[in-house]
Amino acid sequence: MSDEEDDIVLSELSNEELVQQMHDDLYDGLKDEILEGVDILLGRGWEPYKVLTEALVEGMRIVGIDFRDGILFVPEVLLAANAMKGGMGILKPLLAETGAPKQGKMVIGTVKGDIHDIGKNLVSMMMEGAGFEVVDLGINNPVENYLEALDKEDADILGMSALLTTTMPYMKVVIDEMKAKGIRENYVVLVGGAPLNEEFGKAIGADAYCRDAAVAVETAKEYMAQRLHNQ
Amino acid sequence: MTDRLTRLLETRDWLLLDGATGTNLFAMGLEAGNAPELWNFEFPDRIRALHKGFIDSGSDVILTNSFGGTSYRLKLHDAQDRVHEINKRAAEIAREVADASDREIIVAGSIGPTGELMQPVGPLSHADAVSAFEEQGRALIEGGADVLWAETISSEEEMAAIAEAASNIGAPLCGTLSFDSAGRTMMGVTSSAYAGMQEKFAQKPLAFGANCGTGAPDLMRTVLGLTEAAPDAIVIAKANAGIPKYVDGAIEYDGTPETMAAYACLARDAGARLIGGCCGTRNPHLKAMRAALEEHIPGERPSLDKIREILGDFSSADDGTGDVAAPTRERRSRRKRAC
Repeated sequence: MSDEEDDIVLSELSNEELVQQMHDDLYDGLKDEILEGVDILLGRGWEPYKVLTEALVEGMRIVGIDFRDGILFVPEVLLAANAMKGGMGILKPLLAETGAPKQGKMVIGTVKGDIHDIGKNLVSMMMEGAGFEVVDLGINNPVENYLEALDKEDADILGMSALLTTTMPYMKVVIDEMKAKGIRENYVVLVGGAPLNEEFGKAIGADAYCRDAAVAVETAKEYMAQRLHNQ
Repeated sequence: MTDRLTRLLETRDWLLLDGATGTNLFAMGLEAGNAPELWNFEFPDRIRALHKGFIDSGSDVILTNSFGGTSYRLKLHDAQDRVHEINKRAAEIAREVADASDREIIVAGSIGPTGELMQPVGPLSHADAVSAFEEQGRALIEGGADVLWAETISSEEEMAAIAEAASNIGAPLCGTLSFDSAGRTMMGVTSSAYAGMQEKFAQKPLAFGANCGTGAPDLMRTVLGLTEAAPDAIVIAKANAGIPKYVDGAIEYDGTPETMAAYACLARDAGARLIGGCCGTRNPHLKAMRAALEEHIPGERPSLDKIREILGDFSSADDGTGDVAAPTRERRSRRKRAC
């Protein structure tokens, strides 16, 4: 490569410059550079939680904004999320040891009959990128799977995704069952998927419809802030 | 030998496609979460009624009930080993209903996305995708489909795999993408980019275009982009009948037959020759579209303002084509990613 002048040596950057650079590297989906950056910051004595929030979460927040605004699309966001996950791999065990504050816990999965999990995976990754704990139930979930996981994981948020006209109504089946069991109000229910809209989300009894993964993160943060406030 | 769809297009300026499979099967009792494709065996009469309803409403092209018929989708219903029989049966049912009509009806073998992300961003390899689509496509052709019809695809990689499968089979192909993210597909493909990639596929589709996505206004903007980039191409427009709403325990789309008729005429004026409806489109919509297209006096290419005036506003300010500079984010310089 002849772009030597473009070459950046991460370890020679100041903390501030390095964090900036990591935001850009997340944006570009450069996993190896993110791993290196995380190691350098930890080596300089940063708390794992500070690395998470200032380097990774903030970087993913920028990615989320440009995804929401139609500047980045799914392939770029997947690469960014993959780089973020690499960094998280280093931080996760350290965060557990240091007892860092938690944003909240989400159970997520596509509903029965729906295999289309690309959007769900994006939400899952972006939520992790924002510091949430995510329990991913995968695809094709009957109502029992959701209820069992919510209970077992002591979750705060339920996320359901459907991409097809034929599977959207199943979200209401799940919400109705939660109501019947008297547990609906214990959770924030967020729904998403290409054919949905806000009116649909309200009509089936969800707390909010999230247009994309970035909106899902913002909405989850708002609801968690409200819940803490109300407690 | 020229394929049947191409021959019919030589005698007609436009053809009316069909309406929504999912919406109409729901109305016949399909339950959320169940596979429509299994109805080819459980309730073949209802699938016949679906096709016949479309034909009686004026459709010239009907799509087989096989959208989720790849092994990747059928495994969800533990039917991954039944790809051949399910798709063959789907085509046989459509063929039977088509041949019973006194008009010439084209049977298009519907192929939907696998639901998997393809390499490089996901795990599904090109070779595995080609083989899954080939398995489905062969069965559709064997059952009597005139043409393979890929719909609601979002990535170039997946459409390329379908085109290679069609080439391996030796079957004609039509392919539509779902442009649902600010005028691009979920994977970021713009209308002009899609028009430009047709020549690169292993087999050039005989027609291409857009289906589903958001509302009719956005789809019309996409059609303008496609016909501008490829003025000589046969372009497909298959818009949703409005937006889904939850009414009395069922999903209803809010587009009226009158709106769909207006959309059909705009699509014609924009240069589309294969025109139909996607989600929410039912027989009354198709009847209105047929009547409107038959009476339609070709007009000039609609402007974006005219589309907005007749069909409503777009979901985003631009669709990534034309002179609008793509928004970018200022970033620091970085060593280039290895190519």
